[in-house]
Amino acid sequence: MTSAVLPHGAVPPPVARRTPVRVLPGFNLTLGFTVFYLCLIVLIPLSALLFKTFTLTWPQFWEAVTGPRVLASYRLTFGASFIAAMVNVVFGLLVAWVLVRYSFPGKKIVDALVDLPFALPTAVAGISLTALLAGNGWIGQFLEPHGIQLAFNPNGIVIALIFIGLPFVVRTVQPVLEDAEKELEEAATCLGATRWQTFSRVVFPSIAPALLTGFAMAFARAVGEYGSVIFIAGNMPMVSEITPLIIISKLEQYDYAGATAVATVMLVISFILLLVINGLQSWQRKRSAGNTQ
Amino acid sequence: MNQNNIRTAQRGTTEAPWVRYALTGIALVFMFLFLVLPLAAVATEALRKGWDAYAEALREPDAWSAIRLTFITALVAVPLNLVFGVAAAWCIAKYEFKGKSFLTTLIDLPFSVSPVVAGLIYVLVFGAQGWFGPWLAEHDIKIVFAVPGIILATIFVTFPFIARELIPLMQAQGNDEEQAAQVLGATGWQTFWYVTLPNIKWGLIYGVILCNARAMGEFGAVSVVSGHIRGQTNTMPLHVEILYNEYQSVAAFAVASLLALLALVTLAIKSVAEWRMESELKALAELPPERPTPARGATAGIAN
Repeated sequence: MTSAVLPHGAVPPPVARRTPVRVLPGFNLTLGFTVFYLCLIVLIPLSALLFKTFTLTWPQFWEAVTGPRVLASYRLTFGASFIAAMVNVVFGLLVAWVLVRYSFPGKKIVDALVDLPFALPTAVAGISLTALLAGNGWIGQFLEPHGIQLAFNPNGIVIALIFIGLPFVVRTVQPVLEDAEKELEEAATCLGATRWQTFSRVVFPSIAPALLTGFAMAFARAVGEYGSVIFIAGNMPMVSEITPLIIISKLEQYDYAGATAVATVMLVISFILLLVINGLQSWQRKRSAGNTQ
Repeated sequence: MNQNNIRTAQRGTTEAPWVRYALTGIALVFMFLFLVLPLAAVATEALRKGWDAYAEALREPDAWSAIRLTFITALVAVPLNLVFGVAAAWCIAKYEFKGKSFLTTLIDLPFSVSPVVAGLIYVLVFGAQGWFGPWLAEHDIKIVFAVPGIILATIFVTFPFIARELIPLMQAQGNDEEQAAQVLGATGWQTFWYVTLPNIKWGLIYGVILCNARAMGEFGAVSVVSGHIRGQTNTMPLHVEILYNEYQSVAAFAVASLLALLALVTLAIKSVAEWRMESELKALAELPPERPTPARGATAGIAN
């Protein structure tokens, strides 16, 4: 706050920093409890996964994570998640845009409904989407005669993942659109831009970081998703078997080592995605901070 | 000329009416297909054979024990994560320390771990071949494939919900009011109960309600650690799966309808909390700036 008043390059006086003085009590207690609970619930169990992986020899590990069925499941999981996240970017932007910019009756209800995939248990989403899309379902009965099958194959997986990921894009883009300054658009119009030019050159660049963040979050969620997918996927090996299901079926055959190896691959990927999302978010914060100054 | 410019500018920030209607229409059709239809499908499938069959499915003892276990799980997991969430938000939002952003990232970690992996790690720690497996077997304690494992897995997947909701809220509110309370002689607990808690009330409710919805609805993680023993270690989502796989469609959708109802109640409470938070933040923004004389700003906050 103070740095805005100071001339460029001037160093703020050290007295201005008040934060290091800890007036409030409870720092040691709360930090101690936070770290303790974090270790107990998250870090120690997660480290068990890594230790178990290290007991495997490299060839064992490699064989477990590159079997043909496992490779097919990676392709399916990442491919379906990518397509679903792309669809979510398009429709998520559309829904966010309509919710922020236009008014229509029932808008508040529609706005609240966007979060349904967060609140609806994934198993319920899975069986109800299956009921809709199966050959005798409300939607399936119209598509089946035309040879379009949406349930019990990879199409169904994509649809379940679209359902799961939708709120991520809408809820990251919506606040950015709300804060976007209309003056910029007015200026663009006054300078002779068409509405489409204004959108693609002025509005879109300002929401692009949020869109990308939303994409990454929807993708990350989709990669790990299990509950909604297994009902609709059909779960045929090599065709519609997702990676989390591979872990489960290895566990059911008491192949703990194999399950652990595949789980480690998934864990490393989710670490990477988490770091990417954090990076995108801090980029987005910097961008919006730059805009308001 | 000037008038003209203003008019162009206003026209320039929205689209032609037909574009507006078309975009709204597409968005609503998309929402209807993906969000409303599945809900409607749950209701109709559950009532396909009438109310009697529906009530029958819910009266079944296995369904009852699944409902009971779901509530027990949420009743243990949510308060634990609530205490953790408040403690984590307090130390992250109110203080500066080294490694703070790293700690925040670690707290977010369970969100990005696949639920199946979340279940697996507890099997590796407490399972028969796991770290504590032999010791637990010796003392005849069952964690995995029993209720404690289900609760642990649920705590893991709902771990960040409340902390994540509170941290930005408490950061935005700053420390001024708490510092004033300290200066006026309040103890740490008094400061928390009378100053901080009323301020974060709606954020807290929001976090708890989302945490609860996920705790009751978790499927993947719980399915790995549960062992699927009917009447003993089945939560509602697992019971839905078993019934569905046994082609007892009406019974499966009847239990699912309870979970869908829970989701709708969650959304309603969440929306109310959101509107209240928004109006409180707006009221805060309309207060006169606090900075010029810190003392006045602090007392104004207390009087509020």
